[in-house]
Amino acid sequence: MRDAAAPATPAVPPAGDRAAVLEVTGLRKEFGELVAVDGVSFSLPPAGSLAIVGESGSGKTTIARMIVGLERPTAGAITACGADRSRPARSAADRRRRGREVQIVFQDPYTSLDPRQTAEETLAEVIRLHHRWPPARRRERVAELTGMVGLDARQARSVPRALSGGQRQRVAIARALAAEPRVLILDESVAALDVSIQAQVLNLLADIRDRTGVSYILISHDLAVVRQLTDEVIVMRRGKVVEQGPTGQVLDHPCHPYTQRLRASVPRPGWKPQMVAAAAGEAGSG
Amino acid sequence: MTGPAAAGTGALLEVSGVTVRLAVEGARRPVLREVSLDIRPGEAVGLVGESGSGKSMTARAVGRLLPRGAEVTGTIRFAGRDVAGLSGAELRGYRGQVAMIFQDPRAHTNPVRRIGDFLTEALRTNQGVPAREATQRAVDMLAQVGIEDGARRLRQYPHQLSGGLLQRVMIAAALLTGPRLLLADEPTTALDVTTQAEVMAILDDLRRRLGLGMLFITHDLELAAAICDRTAVMYAGQIVEIRESALLHSDPLHPYTAALAAARPDIARTAPRLRAIPGRPLSAFEAPEGACSFAPRCAHAEDRCRATAPGIIELDGGLSRCLRARDLRGQLGGEPEHEARPGQPAGPLEAADA
Repeated sequence: MRDAAAPATPAVPPAGDRAAVLEVTGLRKEFGELVAVDGVSFSLPPAGSLAIVGESGSGKTTIARMIVGLERPTAGAITACGADRSRPARSAADRRRRGREVQIVFQDPYTSLDPRQTAEETLAEVIRLHHRWPPARRRERVAELTGMVGLDARQARSVPRALSGGQRQRVAIARALAAEPRVLILDESVAALDVSIQAQVLNLLADIRDRTGVSYILISHDLAVVRQLTDEVIVMRRGKVVEQGPTGQVLDHPCHPYTQRLRASVPRPGWKPQMVAAAAGEAGSG
Repeated sequence: MTGPAAAGTGALLEVSGVTVRLAVEGARRPVLREVSLDIRPGEAVGLVGESGSGKSMTARAVGRLLPRGAEVTGTIRFAGRDVAGLSGAELRGYRGQVAMIFQDPRAHTNPVRRIGDFLTEALRTNQGVPAREATQRAVDMLAQVGIEDGARRLRQYPHQLSGGLLQRVMIAAALLTGPRLLLADEPTTALDVTTQAEVMAILDDLRRRLGLGMLFITHDLELAAAICDRTAVMYAGQIVEIRESALLHSDPLHPYTAALAAARPDIARTAPRLRAIPGRPLSAFEAPEGACSFAPRCAHAEDRCRATAPGIIELDGGLSRCLRARDLRGQLGGEPEHEARPGQPAGPLEAADA
């Protein structure tokens, strides 16, 4: 399923664990009169990587919020690791279990990290929540996580304010991984990063998937980032899926006029914005 | 068609050796260092760089919008006149000639005032145009940016317009005073990609039709190359390269430009590994004295790069601030390599931010 150019083979999942880690069927969300998400279905294999692409108002972030339990679906089913999660968790233990299934990293790590907690403290707190480990084992795991995301000892002891945007996003990724989730949702997680830092974080995410077998859902408006990090893509417009398939195929040969227009809107050498309007006219999707 | 920035003669905007220092916690810190840049009448020049590189500060210096207490050396001339000396009516006149378009239109409109007030304010108060005529000119200008029902839009409030529509209103506002130069600071960054294409098409068409010069600020090298005649690349408060846009990707003159283009993922193929630039971008005040600012992250740096501050040199029709620019001709840019270079970071540990 991966693009032919991609060399990395995802880590082989444990035997008997080949079933989808996340299954979404007929997902629907209404906010009053507005249908934000309408009949969305997809399935994510272990160590898979799926992109949800669309512009503002397409419903992509609402899907993420339903999967992590921040919104309750109007209809449809969400199954993670075989367990239903379309209804709210019934107990703290149930919530913790769900946290070990799916974690999320948001766009702006500055507003999602506690300003008074160092990176190490942030990670230790998550580990304490999920494991009754002695302090030494906990410290070992904190060091392992900070090493995995490439933070040095000084950065690990820093509060968010003292870190750069790229470093803060590494902390947010490490915090999400601390719960050892099977699925990591990346909601525009690299969108705010400078180009040179974004490349570091994208390489890091590819390494982590190879090493841990975690699956990704990448929510993004950036088709080049989607090409780099994902195997499958769904393209959304106004709450509905307009196109779905292997990432390389959808981006190289988009079938739906909207996907064609999205693809044509990305600046590249020789690109002129006037071409997009012309193409939209031909495709009949003004 | 466009060569390197010719000093003086005929330029609409001439920025020469501009250094700006701001007071931060009692200390004066540089945010721009020796920035020189010319824009000819009708020419679009891109200004590209990562956060903290000084691109917005350059536009603010040109627009006379620097924070209070900023210390400026060097000169900025518009149509031959030194901009630093303008005040009162002359400064208002200058601001009519040099219009700014910002990234976030909502932050630059008053939410409790109607679009019509906003659009006609400069005409009525600065140019003494009667209200009825100002309104008619606003409706005409809205039609030019592709908003047909202008009269209705003038009665609406900013929150009733989508981001793309509001940014078109901002473009109309910028053009209403009859400027000769546009300063566009990331005007489409907050917009969806299809909306970006629509807004850029309108801006590009109008600019060409009206023969306006433009300084176009963006972090997107590809967008700058597509829209602008020439592109300037900034790093740590300095311009490190100015190049004809058509040659920027295929034949860059500075290792930073080449590294920036190579680090960006490609929509047409999945790279085995992105060629990330190690470390993080420096701000102007963090840059070492007497050395190349990019040397710590540069794959081509030698000992002399860490011991000498490079000046700008002319090379093959462009400008480069690299000591090795001549040696490296033909080695930068072009098709990306498929393997990481020896000594380049292979794992996340080495790739960590500095």
